[in-house]
Amino acid sequence: MAQFRIPGPLRRLSNGEITVEVGGSDLGSAIDALDARYPGFKDRLLDERGELRQFVNVYLNDEDVRLGSGLSAKVADGDEISIIPAVAGGARAT
Amino acid sequence: MGPARGFTPDQVARYARHLILPEVGGAGQRKLLSSSVLLLGAGGLGSPAAMYLTAAGVGKVGIVDFDTVDASNLQRQLLHGINDIGRPKVESAARTLRNLNPDVEVVPIREHLNSDTAMEMFAPYDIIVDGTDNFPTRYLANDAAHFLGKPLVHGSIFRFEGRLALFDSSKGTGCYRCLFPEPPPPGSVQSCAEAGVFGVLPGIIGSMMAFETIKYLLDIGRPMIGRYLLFEGEDMTFRELKLRQNKACPLCGENPTVRSLIDYEAWCGVPAMEPSEAAAS
Repeated sequence: MAQFRIPGPLRRLSNGEITVEVGGSDLGSAIDALDARYPGFKDRLLDERGELRQFVNVYLNDEDVRLGSGLSAKVADGDEISIIPAVAGGARAT
Repeated sequence: MGPARGFTPDQVARYARHLILPEVGGAGQRKLLSSSVLLLGAGGLGSPAAMYLTAAGVGKVGIVDFDTVDASNLQRQLLHGINDIGRPKVESAARTLRNLNPDVEVVPIREHLNSDTAMEMFAPYDIIVDGTDNFPTRYLANDAAHFLGKPLVHGSIFRFEGRLALFDSSKGTGCYRCLFPEPPPPGSVQSCAEAGVFGVLPGIIGSMMAFETIKYLLDIGRPMIGRYLLFEGEDMTFRELKLRQNKACPLCGENPTVRSLIDYEAWCGVPAMEPSEAAAS
């Protein structure tokens, strides 16, 4: 089992859970497993083509998956998958 | 040459704890006194950053903000007090900073930071400290610092979480766009005004921004270049991730498509708030 670390802005999707353990042999299947348990994550992480969104970062342990194998990155037991969304207050309507 | 040589008696007293640190000493303190830092925003992050940089004796501290002080700022923006409500933030910031250390040339800049003004505003300074919290200004600061070859200290906050990095992207060590090639769509990210911010959080991240700035200026230790620090206050944990240059980065990658400053408000689809406003709000 690998472990997702859920950032504050997305914890409302995980019922407040900070970490979620999932199965899956690669990052894509791990995201599927996370979304099956807590629906909504897939839409947050992937665009309509199924690619990682440009304003969300996913790290496998301490490496940016976008610079490596992307969604096909192999996930092993004990790996930590961190979801890192861009945060800023700027969307306030003015 | 003794570490105190060239300092006035007041300065020897003021900087005594720096002067006895081998990593700073007289040479380092002199270096600080001849250094300049531009702070973007006199808000939650900018307040502690500006105060520590000024107390440390950075020779020139510029601070950009067009906003005025609001009562809701006082929960975390220590540069301002109740008598400053309704007044320009740079005014109270300058007063507070000058009271901390008369050695420092404090430059209040009550101007809009945008694509027309950024390059000229950044040019006179050694390093830029980004205490803004809105996407148009953050990408603008990232790009302008890159084009000028200047290091940029990045901090951001949200509720109980903070992030820290030092981008020196002209040296091929990655930039904000390497992490986040595009801004999130308008309305998809909650603002601090909507989601709240734990008041001490910008104190922690802003102080670390000052820490990294001074380390960089004095070449002390290992800088936060190529590293991305995440602070999770609810767990009181720090985690470090690798920040690498993205070869596909539109700014600092192999085939850059961003070659000059753009219209960031249009690109992000949201109006840029004043530098501290979002961090403040």
